[in-house]
Amino acid sequence: MSKNSSDISNKISRYLQIIVFAVLALSFIALIFGVEAYLMGNGTVAIYLILIGALSMGLAVYVLYQSRKRVEKLKTEDTKVMTTIECRKCKTKDLREFERGDFVFKELGKCDKCEENKIITAIYKEIKNKEKPFTI
Amino acid sequence: MAFAPGTDIVSQIIYAASLMLFVVFMLYGQRIQFYVMIREVENSLRKLKVIKEKGRKTAIETIKEIGKPETDPTSKVDRYLEYFTISPQSMDPAGIVYKLDHILDVRDNRLKDEVKLIAPASDEVQVFNLENTLEAAMALNFIYRIVRHFYIQGKKTLNMYIILQLQMILPLVMKEAEAYANALEAFAFGQPIGDGVGPLIAARLMQGYETRRVPKDCVVATLPFEGRTALVLKARGPGGNVGKPGDAVKELIEENKGKIAMVIMIDAGLKLEGEKVGEVAEGIGAAIGGPGVDAFKIEEVVVKYKIPLNAIIVREDIGDAVSPMRKEIADSVDNVLERMRNVVNERTKEGDKIIIVGVGNTIGVGQ
Repeated sequence: MSKNSSDISNKISRYLQIIVFAVLALSFIALIFGVEAYLMGNGTVAIYLILIGALSMGLAVYVLYQSRKRVEKLKTEDTKVMTTIECRKCKTKDLREFERGDFVFKELGKCDKCEENKIITAIYKEIKNKEKPFTI
Repeated sequence: MAFAPGTDIVSQIIYAASLMLFVVFMLYGQRIQFYVMIREVENSLRKLKVIKEKGRKTAIETIKEIGKPETDPTSKVDRYLEYFTISPQSMDPAGIVYKLDHILDVRDNRLKDEVKLIAPASDEVQVFNLENTLEAAMALNFIYRIVRHFYIQGKKTLNMYIILQLQMILPLVMKEAEAYANALEAFAFGQPIGDGVGPLIAARLMQGYETRRVPKDCVVATLPFEGRTALVLKARGPGGNVGKPGDAVKELIEENKGKIAMVIMIDAGLKLEGEKVGEVAEGIGAAIGGPGVDAFKIEEVVVKYKIPLNAIIVREDIGDAVSPMRKEIADSVDNVLERMRNVVNERTKEGDKIIIVGVGNTIGVGQ
């Protein structure tokens, strides 16, 4: 039903992913070379390599984070719609997920306990993330 | 040449760069701000496109599933989404309500005929639901086209103020678009929406009583209510339909030769930020939205016979009104009935005749 509301092809671009991971790998190599240069006593080269490595790694992570955030923004909220079924005579109440064809005051089959017709008394959606209340 | 008192090259570069930055921001600050705003609008536009495409896809899939068309309905749906309505000329406003009423009737009939052609296997209820589904898809298409228009215009002319205005109203536009996206799903599945709280209350009162049809697409039941005779009116469900309560109320009042002690209208009312969804409020006047034709007709007839017009609303925002009904709204029914009893007992006498109108889209609500 409404579950597939966010199944839209809004994934992060494959090309972007390849570029980001390539940059990550290169920056990792730059960091390793930087450490190696430091151990060999070549201080200036080490600082440049570590700086370049750290900067590009930070940039790659930031780009990845931003694209994930964009995809999250594109997703729409999933809602679950429930149907309440009641027996007017014995007052039994059932709750199930909405099915196509349901409508409020629709008569359904006989009640298991009292043979009276069951009726749909309410159809409503359940909100997962309720709005933050502003107490002012 | 040294820019700063420092001697090393790094300090010189940093100092020169900061000076350059200052100059760049001074000369191009507004341009940079413009591009930031354009990017924000672009992101929202991209989201709108996704929502619009999803709406179109849902509409096509629902038509294929319910209407069982022999050919692919995609091109017909695309044509449907581009339909427009031209409102009547208002240079001489006398009689404009009936002109608008006629145009809306023609539009409604035309759209229903189109739905029947696109989805030949659908029954009457499904035709109503499919029409509502397509109207929601149409609204999404319209919003997307308008936002895209201003975005491209702003970018073409590099006019910051077009983009600025667009960026300022975008949160509200996006909220409305998301509401229509939710509405589309509700219409496709025939689920009750927040706007249906009026018909839901009327249907609750009608339970167990015989109903008869009144124009247009409305039903009425006559029943005892607190020692009075109540004519309870709502649009005919469970298909997505608002009926024409204006015509129906007029007919009921004329049938009773104006001997009606009170008209009570129950509808969903827009809530302000900070107010709770499902809160009930009372007032005076015609509680009915839309283009104003029905409100006009009701006001006209109650003025003619000097009938008091009362209103009870259930507060909800635009998103709640067009998306599947929230539990808080469904739970407000008892509260509304209690308020209605109070109004009737305080303002009318036993034996009087009253009209109770459940206003709104009755999708997913029978009678």
